[in-house]
Amino acid sequence: MNGPGPTTRTTDDALEGVMSRILRVGVTAAALLVAAGGVVYLLRVGELSPHYGTFGAAARSSRDPATIVRDAFRGQPTAIIELGLVVLVLTPVSRVVFALLAFLRLRDRLYVVFSAVVLTVLVFSLTGHSL
Amino acid sequence: MDTITFTAIVFAGSIGAGLLGSLTGLGGGVVIVPLLTVALGVDVHYAIGASLVSVIATSSGAAAAYLKEGFTNMRIGIFLEVATTAGAVLGASLATHLPGRAIEVVFGVVLLASVFLTLRLREPDAVAGADGGLGQRLRLDGEYPTPDGSVHYVPRRIPLGFGIMTGAGALSGLLGIGSGAVKVLALDQAMRLPFKVSTTTSNFMIGVTAAASAGIYLHRGFIQPGLAMPVMLGVLAGSLVGARLLVVSRTRALRVAFAAAILALGLEMIVSGLHL
Repeated sequence: MNGPGPTTRTTDDALEGVMSRILRVGVTAAALLVAAGGVVYLLRVGELSPHYGTFGAAARSSRDPATIVRDAFRGQPTAIIELGLVVLVLTPVSRVVFALLAFLRLRDRLYVVFSAVVLTVLVFSLTGHSL
Repeated sequence: MDTITFTAIVFAGSIGAGLLGSLTGLGGGVVIVPLLTVALGVDVHYAIGASLVSVIATSSGAAAAYLKEGFTNMRIGIFLEVATTAGAVLGASLATHLPGRAIEVVFGVVLLASVFLTLRLREPDAVAGADGGLGQRLRLDGEYPTPDGSVHYVPRRIPLGFGIMTGAGALSGLLGIGSGAVKVLALDQAMRLPFKVSTTTSNFMIGVTAAASAGIYLHRGFIQPGLAMPVMLGVLAGSLVGARLLVVSRTRALRVAFAAAILALGLEMIVSGLHL
């Protein structure tokens, strides 16, 4: 079957416009957080030597989002950076969520399915699962 | 050395990586990992973690710009992300099982292959033609703007493209890179898309692909804030500058020079990984 289907070209353009903004806002916010955390980090931790030579030597973070946010608001530098990194990773995820919701609203079943599958894989990975 | 010096060196190197990456079209990731492991003795797991972060940042920033130009095919991107994200989880899972040296050797081989990819001649753009049955049914066809109006195209050999994309995702997850070159290869050569559609759509997919690996990297402690911070900010800065310079400096001689640098880095990584 040929033809444009539920989603037309002009709708696509509108979706692309919103996705563009999501990506730009996300990267900017993430970069600002990481930079802010970086400044505080360097001011506080300046003397110690970093331990990146051996895997496992560097400190492991809590990885719990609630703790990260709480510590970030307390001004702990690594937490601020980690918050920025979380925002960064969630930026493309947000783009997928937005696409899914948009296709749902447009009743574009095929692309709802594609977006949902991608989102499932992302959530699988983000919640710590692997193969 | 103390943290401030280390961070400054990493930051400076990352700017260079972002610059080199954007001028060669290979991305910062392929330069960052060798830089950190070979030059600074950083363990490869931390290196690929920091690299992956920078890949998400630069590709998302670039995608934001490209989406507005009208060449990106969002639907091809979303469809193929099914393949790339699955591959990414596979690759990232592999990275948690393989010893660091094995990752380094694979990385070196991929670098050498990238050099070959960037220097080879490109076949001419696909002409809009009939037969693209699956492409039409999945509504992957599109249009791109030219001075003479919109040109319609439809992707071919979609199963082949899908397969290559899974591989691209796996490489991205295993090595902490964007695999933009492989994605472009699949879109341009296998699926016969117009070149600018291929490059922008490839870029569109990189961020989501990398995010699929990032979850696994985060949970395994590959991503260290103190290291990811200067890398992310440096590569972002370098890429932005590189994107401006790109318009001015498209000479083949420059690309050959950069390819030689990547070649050297690739050999270094293989040597390092094999403990030669």
